Amino acid sequence: MSPLAQLLEAALFASARPITVEELATLDPQAGAAAVRGALAELRDAFATGDHGVELVEIAQGWQFLTRREYAEAIDRAQFALRPRRLSPAALETLAIIAYRQPVGRVEVDEIRGVDSGAVIDKLSERGLVEIVTRGEGLGRPLLYGTTPQFLEILGLKDLDELPRLDELSVALRPPAPAEPE
Amino acid sequence: MSAPTHPVAQDSSGFVVELEQFSGPLDLLLHLIREDEVDITDLPIAKIADQFLAVISELGLDQAADYLEMAARLLRIKAQMLLPRRLGDDEWEDPRAELVRRLLEYQQIHELVEWLGAAAARRAEQFGRGFSPEPPAAPPAPLVIDLNDLLAAAERVISLIPEPVLHRVVPRPLDVEGATERIQALLTQRAAFGWGDVVGERPTIVDVLSAFIALLELAKRGSLHVHQEGPFAPIQIRRESARAAP
Repeated sequence: MSPLAQLLEAALFASARPITVEELATLDPQAGAAAVRGALAELRDAFATGDHGVELVEIAQGWQFLTRREYAEAIDRAQFALRPRRLSPAALETLAIIAYRQPVGRVEVDEIRGVDSGAVIDKLSERGLVEIVTRGEGLGRPLLYGTTPQFLEILGLKDLDELPRLDELSVALRPPAPAEPE
Repeated sequence: MSAPTHPVAQDSSGFVVELEQFSGPLDLLLHLIREDEVDITDLPIAKIADQFLAVISELGLDQAADYLEMAARLLRIKAQMLLPRRLGDDEWEDPRAELVRRLLEYQQIHELVEWLGAAAARRAEQFGRGFSPEPPAAPPAPLVIDLNDLLAAAERVISLIPEPVLHRVVPRPLDVEGATERIQALLTQRAAFGWGDVVGERPTIVDVLSAFIALLELAKRGSLHVHQEGPFAPIQIRRESARAAP
């Protein structure tokens, strides 16, 4: 492996969270983002083709070493690591709405879910999965929420583009205009 | 199912409903629609409305405002459907349209929920290095407060301020001569000393001012050299031996 790939390996090993290419580029002032990307691909391939228990994964707009799936059960059983708390259906519903409608206000989330979502949004905010991104223009300048990198991380997504497109779902939503009677 | 842990309702049509299964009235409605295998875009509103009312009263959900609101909406649509309309009336608007739109939208969210749940479960099969620290606490939401709360808070703060105490001002001249003598005595004993040696253990404001003026005066006369490493650093005083006082 190239010296840069080895340097990245060390940095990624030391970190408990995904690190972005920009952050990795600060390790070596000589290396630009392009060189870092090349070294990351080299490193990922080295761990993919060799016999390793971990792999280098692109996640949450960054890179992170994660254990291979096949060892999840053994690690879990031995309690060497904690699985994250599972999200309730209400939390997932709210996350889905915020992810697709962001920036979105509480009222709109309430309306789509048909129930008051204030407490759920507060909990998601505490877990760092959503955050206030701006204020709306409407009455009372409502707080508008969006998803965080932590949201991408717990879903194992590189970025929001990896979410399924709405027209790919089996239930295609009609345009918001009221349906014409037949 | 055996030994249900949640309240369970069972009606004549035989479907079993668990309270915690539903995240809201739309969820319950979708469940009923799936149970009956009816077309969501051509909702048999009378039947669905009756089932909805039966379930929420069985489950005690008729206390929950969200469910009640939906029940009222369903009954209104049911009533509107019963109104006579002329054949081929182009002006007629399906009273179910808005509800159907919301149900479809909600169904779409449900599909996304399944996708997100699966993604999270798949991610949970991989562990990162060590325990991730808890994400930093989100900054508190901007303060929302009404005028009365604000006035009450101001009242509390003001009540903590003690009554103003009047002081009698006694003129007390600075003792610059005394301080000058003390510094000159120090200069004869030691080549260098600090500010603390000049003012002593617990100086009064008058002591400090006297000493400071005396120090500046002696420095101007060239008897000593005053030095400070940086702002607010301790002042160092050195005997100026090279240049004797004129």
